[in-house]
Amino acid sequence: MQAVASMNGALRRLPPGAVYLLGLLPLAWVVWLVVSGGIGVDPVKAIEHRLGKIGLWFLVGGLTITPLRRFAGINLIRYRRAIGLLAFLYIVLHLTAWIWLDMGLLWGQALADLYKRPYLLFGITALAMLLPLALTSNNASVRRLGRNWRRLHWLVYPAVLLGVVHYLMQMKVISTEGWLWLAAVLALLGVRFRLFGPRS
Amino acid sequence: MAKIAAKPSAYSTDAAPNTLKDITSYNNFYEFGWDKGDPVKHAHQLTTDPWSVEIGGMVERPGSYGLEDILANVTLEERIYRFRCVEAWSMVIPWVGFELASLLNRAGVQPGAKFVAFETLYRPNEMPGQRAGGIDWPYREGLRLDEAMHPLTIMATGLYGEELPNQNGAPIRLVVPWKYGFKSIKSIVKITLTDREPVTTWKALQPREYGFYANVNPEVDHPRWSQATERRVGAGIFAGREPTLKFNGYEDQVAALYSGMDLRKNY
Repeated sequence: MQAVASMNGALRRLPPGAVYLLGLLPLAWVVWLVVSGGIGVDPVKAIEHRLGKIGLWFLVGGLTITPLRRFAGINLIRYRRAIGLLAFLYIVLHLTAWIWLDMGLLWGQALADLYKRPYLLFGITALAMLLPLALTSNNASVRRLGRNWRRLHWLVYPAVLLGVVHYLMQMKVISTEGWLWLAAVLALLGVRFRLFGPRS
Repeated sequence: MAKIAAKPSAYSTDAAPNTLKDITSYNNFYEFGWDKGDPVKHAHQLTTDPWSVEIGGMVERPGSYGLEDILANVTLEERIYRFRCVEAWSMVIPWVGFELASLLNRAGVQPGAKFVAFETLYRPNEMPGQRAGGIDWPYREGLRLDEAMHPLTIMATGLYGEELPNQNGAPIRLVVPWKYGFKSIKSIVKITLTDREPVTTWKALQPREYGFYANVNPEVDHPRWSQATERRVGAGIFAGREPTLKFNGYEDQVAALYSGMDLRKNY
């Protein structure tokens, strides 16, 4: 508990603004890999996949905030908005990389592929669910929406679930890493909706 | 470096080839792993010398043909071919090889033969992907005899004037430039002439998605994606996509092989 208290104390000195800046480091890393040529032979796929993966890290990271406070006493609540918005940013960039770099802005073909590949539809649906959350992440919306704000933001749970299913379905053969992501998301949803243990 | 002596060919495209790095570090060769970066990491484990190809079935002179013996009896040419993967990416590759027809003629094709079946080496202790499940190893491919005898169809043993790197299918592989890349089977140890359509690995795995013919065709979509366009690997991040050409641009040379066939059914 001593460690947790001193950690919470240290976190008090980290303003949420700094989290936004730190959250841009992965983007800077991708840009550096592209510029330096370290991204590999197929930069388009690598950019697309890296952005999606970073988005997934932030989405799942955002879901850990409440359980961390409840079970470990670590208080990261005031960074939750930054983490959520960063997740949204990376997923928008991921979609942009797909439609622009991968599909070459061939909208007709992209739409046709959407119909053929359910995992694309799952990914887009997840992003569509995150859009209202990003738009209502400001203080004014929190005040205006009142209790409905909380209800609206429950959309994050189906969005993360769709996102991780999207990630698994694009694999030819689902890797161990993929199953670990799914397990982590299911565990976090289980904790959130008290599927485990006694109901309070 | 000792360059392989190879004659230029009128069948070469004048499109600019991909870099050696592109061609040798972005490979689908599941014997060495599922990721395109796996073959370059793991293929060095493969021993390619000595190597021989068992030619059998409906041939006059069946037997085990040593690689050096095969190469001593053919004319090597450089063939710069377009290469189109079923996953809708493409490259341009300067192969060194010889026409498959010359090898088949040497073995003597019997009149009743209609198809040619190929098999990749099965050696799990050197091919880590074969120790994993998912595919019924060894990898198998096949061609109709007229496709196999077509002058565009080559056995490649080199790349960029050097010996074929292991991850590209050393020491000897098939290249059929008007078909999706998975038809161009790598590291071949067995060729069998037969009178019936042979079992081929991807068709056996997913018959709805992969056919025996697998001709590049922008008008026939893969069940899960469009084949109308392709992404040229190495073209730069803002290059977008280019239209896919029917028979991968070799329509003039090969369309006659399929006259009267419904290419939607025979995909």
